[in-house]
Amino acid sequence: MEMENYNKVHPTDGDAVIEIHDLTKKYGSKKVLDGINLKVKRGEIMGFLGPNGAGKSTTMNILTGYISATEGCVTVDGEDILENQKVAKKKIGYLPENPPLYLDMTVKEYLGFVYELKKVKKEKIKHLSEIMEVVKINHVADRMIKNLSKGYKQRVGLAQALIGDPEVLILDEPTVGLDPQQIIEIRNVIKTLGENRTVILSTHILQEVTAICDRVTIINKGKIVAMDTLENLSASIGEKGKYLIRACAEKEVAEKILQSVDGMKSIHYLKTLEEGTSDFVIAFCDNLDLRAEIFNAFAKAEVPLIEFKSLELTLEEIFIKVTTQPKEEAKENESDI
Amino acid sequence: MKAIFKKELKGYFLSPIGYIFVGVFMLLSAMFFLTGPIAYQVADISLLFSKINIVYLFLVSILTMRLLAEEKNKKTDQLLLTAPVSIPEIVVGKYLAAMSVFGITLAVSLVFPITLFLFGQPPVGEMIGSYVGFILLWGAFVAIGVFISSLTENQMISAVATFGVLLLVYFMEWIAGNFSNPILFTVAQWLSLLNRFYDFQNGILNITNIIYYLSVIFVFLFLTVRVIEKRRYS
Repeated sequence: MEMENYNKVHPTDGDAVIEIHDLTKKYGSKKVLDGINLKVKRGEIMGFLGPNGAGKSTTMNILTGYISATEGCVTVDGEDILENQKVAKKKIGYLPENPPLYLDMTVKEYLGFVYELKKVKKEKIKHLSEIMEVVKINHVADRMIKNLSKGYKQRVGLAQALIGDPEVLILDEPTVGLDPQQIIEIRNVIKTLGENRTVILSTHILQEVTAICDRVTIINKGKIVAMDTLENLSASIGEKGKYLIRACAEKEVAEKILQSVDGMKSIHYLKTLEEGTSDFVIAFCDNLDLRAEIFNAFAKAEVPLIEFKSLELTLEEIFIKVTTQPKEEAKENESDI
Repeated sequence: MKAIFKKELKGYFLSPIGYIFVGVFMLLSAMFFLTGPIAYQVADISLLFSKINIVYLFLVSILTMRLLAEEKNKKTDQLLLTAPVSIPEIVVGKYLAAMSVFGITLAVSLVFPITLFLFGQPPVGEMIGSYVGFILLWGAFVAIGVFISSLTENQMISAVATFGVLLLVYFMEWIAGNFSNPILFTVAQWLSLLNRFYDFQNGILNITNIIYYLSVIFVFLFLTVRVIEKRRYS
């Protein structure tokens, strides 16, 4: 019942709800952001990923109008965040890295204050109790915020962002400092919320992106180094068509069978992990899919294949790859994607 | 603005600050009342009013010390500045909350003139003038306090700096007296907020004085807004 009113349908025509153009931020002579361009489509959950100090929080602070960019602009649903502040800010719910809580208020008082601050038009008591139900803080509604655990404080922060039912949610590391159970709960809440609104979520927990995001933007040293869906990323950055196989045969025997298949790009013996087997990393020539042929070749030789798996990169590997490659290459990559 | 105002006003009484401010004010002003008009059996209240100014001088800095400093320190300014409210609304809301607590003490202090009315014939004009003067004079000082609070993250620094500046402005007339250079003298005189209070105390509501105080309030609130705006770009 609580979700009914909550999940009001926003138009999902796939257009960009947030546009960032050439965003640059300098602190003194230090460039924290360097020409960020980003579009976030309506209704998607965008993961914003990067090592510490990459510029995630700075980007989010600019997106929400907390700080100003040195150059470039941000529009939310067509409204410039600086020129048309009030309209643009109404469309955004923001959970900063440290939830902005007044510790000597009760949860109810605090949410009531935010409700008034944001000048929300909805019926107050109903709206607030719906939100408290979504993030499961009803039972602490009358407790002082300073007496809550970190996890509950985080939830109150999330509740604050939801007040006014904004179209865009910007969450800066929403699961930091929570226990595993709470992490899963918060992720589920975010997932549900993301069903009909746009969510930008920063994190350095890669699992989180895999678990909830539609698309991922990787930022490093103030620049976007990769931006795509997870599958495309692993395909474009990882080497496609690389496989690991384990055959029940000596190295030489298996090698011979592999060599008999046409179109192999490389055959690389790895090691023997189980007795009587050998592991190989193999690659096919461009765009060939020889998995069936390989299976048949081993079957014909009556050598069982007991493992056959793709070596597409996991997010961790992608992340490390794009955040550690040299600058020139990173630039190339950015324009590719 | 209403939300900020309400929150701040509540905040004064959720923390000890509001109680200390009102309580200490009542204690000290009652003491001055007893040792002044009551002890000397006179209905002249100007003696008391000048003492009330001293009490405020010591207390007003605790009223404004946390207003903006704490928001910055606890990072709750992220909530305020990303909400659909303008910075002037935030600043004015906070200013009015501080002035309301000040107003509470001023209202409480009405008990002294009322007591005098019961037993004598104090001059009404001077009394009304003094109260208008209090509001304007301390309205200006509170605006200075709000401004100083926006410059730091630390409440203590804010309080001490405010107290220092208020003290300086308070004794500006005396400082001016030490200047032989006529230009410096005029400037120092002009900066003396207290100088213009005496007209009010004598029951004279001079429009230039009123505009002077309102301008000081406006300038410092405006500067506060600029400080917060500027922080965005640094």
